[in-house]
Amino acid sequence: MQRAPALSKTPLNAAHRRMGGRMVDFGGWDMPVQYPAGTVEEHLRTRTHAGLFDVSHMGEIDVKGADAIPFINRLTSNDVTKLVDGQAHYSALTTPEGTVIDDLLVYRFGPEHLLLVVNAGTTEKDWDWIESHHKDERVELKNVSANYCQLALQGPDALRILQTLTETPLDEIKYYHFRLGLVDDEHAIISRTGYTGEDGFEVYAASDRAEHLWDKILDAGNQGTPEGVLPCGLAARNTLRLEAAMALYGHEITEETTLLEANLGWICKLNKGDFIGRERLAKQKEEGVHRRLVGFEMTERGIARDDQEVLINDERVGRVTSGSPAPFLKKNIGMAYVPAEFANEGQEIQIDVRGRTVGATIVKTPFYKREKK
Amino acid sequence: MANVPEDLHYSKDHEWIRVEGDIGTIGITDHAQHSLGDVVYVELPKTGETFAAHESFGSVESVKAVSEIFTPVGGSITEVNETLQDEPEKVNNDPYGEAWMIRIRMSNPGEVDSLLNAAEYEDFTKAEETE
Repeated sequence: MQRAPALSKTPLNAAHRRMGGRMVDFGGWDMPVQYPAGTVEEHLRTRTHAGLFDVSHMGEIDVKGADAIPFINRLTSNDVTKLVDGQAHYSALTTPEGTVIDDLLVYRFGPEHLLLVVNAGTTEKDWDWIESHHKDERVELKNVSANYCQLALQGPDALRILQTLTETPLDEIKYYHFRLGLVDDEHAIISRTGYTGEDGFEVYAASDRAEHLWDKILDAGNQGTPEGVLPCGLAARNTLRLEAAMALYGHEITEETTLLEANLGWICKLNKGDFIGRERLAKQKEEGVHRRLVGFEMTERGIARDDQEVLINDERVGRVTSGSPAPFLKKNIGMAYVPAEFANEGQEIQIDVRGRTVGATIVKTPFYKREKK
Repeated sequence: MANVPEDLHYSKDHEWIRVEGDIGTIGITDHAQHSLGDVVYVELPKTGETFAAHESFGSVESVKAVSEIFTPVGGSITEVNETLQDEPEKVNNDPYGEAWMIRIRMSNPGEVDSLLNAAEYEDFTKAEETE
């Protein structure tokens, strides 16, 4: 009898089970989709106080050597030469067609040292892609995914909670910057980044300290009280990023979609020098895209779901990339590709919800934007 | 532990039915609402529509997923619980009471005999969980 390959586990697997996480197979990883509080409460608590997410399944690739910056600059669309030590940016590994191998964060530790943080399900593919483009550049590549745990503490109370566990002055870390520091005496990368639309931090530490840090952060955040931190599962992570209109690999961005179609022109630095896909992206920018990613909200009763078809004037013209109820906004929202001529705010569209056409309107994204203090 | 009232009949699709004469009142079980999570949307048929036993008559949606709901017995719909449109959370809070979904005039009341009783349903859900 054939058996499915064993699921990968993060170092927090036992903690998730102990805390009543409902475990699912997420791209080959055994991950909590929600905890007993439930997706809606986890989502709302992250918006109003704080949520803690295990994102240790993400991949980390270490790039060291004299050519680290020019090498990664040739493989990714954002401009790595603009990063300073202690800074990170959002970027993409691109194909010659300008489509997306993966989206990632590039961290600069020094002039000859970068760390790439990539999606869990694509880590192997990314590794092979990067290796295959490694010619005579002086770089040493290492897949260090297993060495790190990654905990994301997100929400308006994230800074206050994390500050009780570290002497690193967190308010001095600007958005998309990071510092090396101690969190409860554990060496960590403390990064002011996230995937929820809230202020917050992503803490990278040694895998074998994951459970200790997880418990410490929950304690520090008064877990179990009505305004305390909540452990959050992948379902809340998804609805939070969708309200913030952040792309999810395999949905909004794939090897079939270009960065410009996905409204990611802001990470396409076409004038930085050559990179894989630059030529095609420059041409597409000049000629204009044929389709574009838009955000929509349902105007009739019904919830759009991933992969459902979009109709305009009774014609099937596109597909939903992500669709869901938005727990904080209390609306049903989604993102979809539509022909460029229809990609305008206020355009009426319809979604084929399991055979029933339900009305929706294209709206401005992000759906949710936090108030800056 | 999921609540399984003694006086109801159950389907393997996790619906319950309360039988009064030839009218059956149907909803989803506590076990079902629990595995769905927060219910945010319920889609139900219209009065007068007819369904065969085990046919899908609507759907229940949580934030994450859509689940079809199946009638345990065949018949025509005599009443639909419209309040679930605006208060789908009732399905989580009171699955056997306020969150009844449809009333159906059974075309063959004998179909009830093939359903599970409370003890059998409880065993069934336990067996499913250990699978």
